[in-house]
Amino acid sequence: MKNILRTASALTLLAAAGTVLAAPDLGQATKQATNWTAITMFAAFVIFTLFITKWAAGRTRSASDFYTAGGGITGFQNGLAIAGDFMSAASFLGISAAVFANGFDGLIYAIGFLVGWPVITFLMAERLRNLGRFTFADVAAYRFHQKPVRLFAASGTLVVVLFYLIAQMVGAGQLIKLLFGLDYGIAVVVVGVLMMVYVLFGGMTATTWVQIIKAVMLLGGASFMAFSVLAMYNFSPEALFAKAVEVHGKHDAIMGPGGFIKDPISGISFGMALMFGTAGLPHILMRFFTVPSAKEARKSVLWATTWIGYFYILTFIIGFGAIVLVGTNPAFKDGAGKLLGGNNMAAVHLASAVGGDVFLGFISAVAFATILAVVAGLTLSGASAVSHDLYATVIKKGQPAPGSELRVSKITTIILGIIAVFLGYVFETVNVAFMVSLAFAIAASANFPVLFMSVLWSKCTTRGATVGGFLGLITAVGLTVLSKSVWVDVFHNKTEIFPYTSPALFSMIVGFVGVWLFSVTDKSPRAAIDKAGFEAQEVRSETGIGAAAASSH
Amino acid sequence: MEEDIVRRVKSDPNYQKLVKTRSRYGWMLTWAVMVVYYGFTLLNSFDKPFMASKIGSGVMSWGVPLGLFVILFTVVVTGIYVRRANNEFDALTDAIQRNAAAGKDKVRA
Repeated sequence: MKNILRTASALTLLAAAGTVLAAPDLGQATKQATNWTAITMFAAFVIFTLFITKWAAGRTRSASDFYTAGGGITGFQNGLAIAGDFMSAASFLGISAAVFANGFDGLIYAIGFLVGWPVITFLMAERLRNLGRFTFADVAAYRFHQKPVRLFAASGTLVVVLFYLIAQMVGAGQLIKLLFGLDYGIAVVVVGVLMMVYVLFGGMTATTWVQIIKAVMLLGGASFMAFSVLAMYNFSPEALFAKAVEVHGKHDAIMGPGGFIKDPISGISFGMALMFGTAGLPHILMRFFTVPSAKEARKSVLWATTWIGYFYILTFIIGFGAIVLVGTNPAFKDGAGKLLGGNNMAAVHLASAVGGDVFLGFISAVAFATILAVVAGLTLSGASAVSHDLYATVIKKGQPAPGSELRVSKITTIILGIIAVFLGYVFETVNVAFMVSLAFAIAASANFPVLFMSVLWSKCTTRGATVGGFLGLITAVGLTVLSKSVWVDVFHNKTEIFPYTSPALFSMIVGFVGVWLFSVTDKSPRAAIDKAGFEAQEVRSETGIGAAAASSH
Repeated sequence: MEEDIVRRVKSDPNYQKLVKTRSRYGWMLTWAVMVVYYGFTLLNSFDKPFMASKIGSGVMSWGVPLGLFVILFTVVVTGIYVRRANNEFDALTDAIQRNAAAGKDKVRA
């Protein structure tokens, strides 16, 4: 209870900071005329997914069903679901908008989100599957004293989930105002309620299938748009680029790097946040426990990487398509020559340009469905951290009363849903891209070093993992506060103290050095137990012996 | 997990081969991805004129195909690892699991 109060007061502080955060990227979207085609298509999506939730509810009886769909998702399905988690509205609308505005810079941004996947495949995926059951804390705390490491892992999970949730809720509200012509408040409540229904009744099964359906719809829609654009130029990228260079205000500059990478340190630091943050996102790591074996875990990352890579190539083409078809059409612009609804609407306007009103409605509905699916996954991951890590393992010492763990996760889902709606309200003007990059930086600096060292380094101890993890977490948040986005833009100081755009390069080093330093200096009796446990952990993580029992039902 | 299974698996030559080969292979490919990605990032920050320079007589710059190469490389290198893991590494893992299970029966019998 004390923890909840403390979290609540911290959130109030954060909220106070958020209301003054300037420079939104999805923009203070202007409300558009109510779009009935889009609303009808979205309603159809919701009704269909509610039927799936009803079906999933019949299969969600135990905690294992709730957290991991009973381990019964195939590698291909899981790959689509993981890709769905990554193909959020922020990446679809945000990357195509970045390409629309700056050309090549948008491609640099997209690539950062992709390069973490091979690293996860080569070093983490199979070991995660072999060691964990429900949450990444199962893996991080495997051979350690459970209480401190679980407390850290749950904190890391909740902080990352909350920042990511804020970004998605605000994005949803702004989008719906634009796409459907509904009020921001209504939009946020609709997202909150639907997400709670999916997670509460359908658990991981419903969350995964909603994500899969949306991923297929989004890949289909984006493929159609990119195909239509290329077809207009006889499938010659050169012809498309030539036309774009001719009509874009920046002309030739869109074909090379612009201001996106300000300096090499910022570029590397931001790249590290995206690359290693992916391997520390709790709602992504959780998906490795929904497949029955390490082999399927491996297959799912290959499918995910393939779909995400394909999707980013499509987004690049869509951005250029928007330059030539949307940027040149006065019907998509206001009196001042700005894009209606801001640059983030580039892909949506392109949908109307290549496919008319019905396709516009389809893409709008898909964009909303995207947010819904991602938010459901985030909430489920936050609820698992509270019920499985804090309640069942820390408070009940691994012996919760039958059914009580599931009950706690459902209560947490409701609380998180209410918090998400509340944060969506207060953070209406926050910069969505900034929140997402902050979530990645924290995941890379806190969750990733602890997970990595506990699995791969035999001399890691309970003290090292806990202290190092918290140091990484605090450094990532602290440096962000001292950077321009907060120190100057929020607190109105004249110059920033931390000069780079992302803290990851520094906070990751703090995290890793922290884990190392507080492990090697740890001479406690517990440290001896931790080190002695490595052999058994290693055998299980490499071969899966002992893990089969955990996932067979 | 029982202590004797851990001992037995660790002394299995298949296990030593699996851990050594797979971890060396995994790290090698990880470094390859890092070199390609951070190479791309460094080119974008240190040599912007090169990335913007034209390949031929048209508008296509070096940056675009290099960027697409990074995307394709990422997918292909993941595929290469998964292919080897699904055949060679899984065969070794199966052998290790069989040996561990057989040893267990022997102890019980």
